[in-house]
Amino acid sequence: MAKILMKGNEAIAEAAIKAGCVNYFCYPITPQNEVGEYMARRLPEVGGAFLQGESEVAVGNMLFGAASTGQRVFTTSSSPGISLMQESISYMAGAHLPVVIVNIMRGGPGLGGILPAQSDYFQATKGGGHGDYRLLVLAPSTIQEAVDLMMLSFHLAEKYRNPVMIIGDGMIGQMMEPVEFPEHHEEPELPSNDLWAITGAKGREPRVIKSLFLDPKLLDDNSWNLYDKYARMEREEIRFESYRIKPKNKILIVSYGTMARICQTAIDELEKDGVSVGLFRPITLFPFPSKQIAKEAKKKNIENVLVIEMSTAQMKEDVDLAVLGAKPVKFYGETGGLVPSPDAVKEQIMKLIKNPNDELKRR
Amino acid sequence: MAQYEVTLAGFGGQGIMTAGQLLAYSGMAEGRKVVWLPSYGPEMRGGTAYCTVVVSPDRIGSPIINNPTCCCVFNRPSFDKFAPRVRPGGLLLVNSSLIDVESDRTDITQLLVPANDMAMKAGNPKAANIVILGALIGASEVLSYKVVEKTMKEKLGGKKDLLPSNIKLLREGYNLARKELGKKEKV
Repeated sequence: MAKILMKGNEAIAEAAIKAGCVNYFCYPITPQNEVGEYMARRLPEVGGAFLQGESEVAVGNMLFGAASTGQRVFTTSSSPGISLMQESISYMAGAHLPVVIVNIMRGGPGLGGILPAQSDYFQATKGGGHGDYRLLVLAPSTIQEAVDLMMLSFHLAEKYRNPVMIIGDGMIGQMMEPVEFPEHHEEPELPSNDLWAITGAKGREPRVIKSLFLDPKLLDDNSWNLYDKYARMEREEIRFESYRIKPKNKILIVSYGTMARICQTAIDELEKDGVSVGLFRPITLFPFPSKQIAKEAKKKNIENVLVIEMSTAQMKEDVDLAVLGAKPVKFYGETGGLVPSPDAVKEQIMKLIKNPNDELKRR
Repeated sequence: MAQYEVTLAGFGGQGIMTAGQLLAYSGMAEGRKVVWLPSYGPEMRGGTAYCTVVVSPDRIGSPIINNPTCCCVFNRPSFDKFAPRVRPGGLLLVNSSLIDVESDRTDITQLLVPANDMAMKAGNPKAANIVILGALIGASEVLSYKVVEKTMKEKLGGKKDLLPSNIKLLREGYNLARKELGKKEKV
């Protein structure tokens, strides 16, 4: 298929349709409104269901209902809207339901602002709702990658029967880039959803899909079943990209999403000046590529690991846990809609190269 | 050609986003990598609007460009904000119909284009963005004129009554830039 120029939000919407998802529920919020607009236009053409709920709380429960029938379903929202969905996200995780949720992040907390940020890392990776559950979290850095991960996410949701979340900062939603959709969408075969879904109990026992287990032994079993799924994700689903990682590097940058692209430009420009810096970009934020980061950080010449985010050092906690004090982990970030420029990143790198023992100052 | 970055800036309704998208579509048609990033925020018609387009032979890193190779400014507030940001050796296109000052920078090429006057004269008053786009191609040679004209026919073809004048204005912008900068081939 030929490349087409698409806005991130529209590309995400089309990718879902190409992956065979024709059910979409939403409630409008900037900066992801184009998804709903696109789906409202496109879904009737492909025999799907578009529904704008009366609130994000309602949308979350619509997802629970649709996913219970074994149909592919997704929603998109932005930070405060995702907060409103947390109750049903926890319920869907507890009930082992496959669903895809996209968060095009804006600055927070509270109503915050509408400009790009990466402030929902904790919410996405540590469970924004209650209980012993995790989401499988993917973070694209280009529009093509957003398409690819969106198409993959439905498969992963069904493989693990667990909610999958894609997080992108506002730029991923608003930016236009050329994208290519596969001619035919292929994915590895999975056991049929008919084995567990509510499909009408004709000729079989009725099924109940729920997250309520009043018997503590059953609840304990359910939580450990979830735990085992997350352990399997850690074995099978870790994704990341390494960029210009070489033995002579003194600094290892860890950054994800659009922020990682900005770091790439800074790294390219420094390379021309003879300063060599490597970038480690996690693509899965849960499961987190801890072992892979630790391996790079422990290399002999690395003096500092530098985490750069559009938040106040959220992913840094996971990098700290990965590196476990083997090397100093420094941080630079801006948030609230401010985006560090390649020049700002270069400046911070040069400061660390000149004075490896210094802490970096805030903006 | 190396990576080329353009920031287009003006007020909402001047066709800033459309001109940027035409440039991005054209870059893609020529087989380059492209990114189009709008400023988005609580905006309204008459408010400020700008977008950045990156056209590159290679993978594009940062979509955030602080010092672009070229700035096209459509009104005075945009001139004040973006004229100082043009990378040394770069290009500043000024919509002189609405901006009555010039940059005193000597390290960039500055081109004054009376875009609104030209559009008004052609009976297509909203097409100042097309004049500037033409001038941008003529001055920078970042893409070929032909591919931009073809893109415009495809993307703006729905407005059939305006298409001939849009094409005329693209060409006029292009030729004005060629003449002012002493470049030979015209279209």
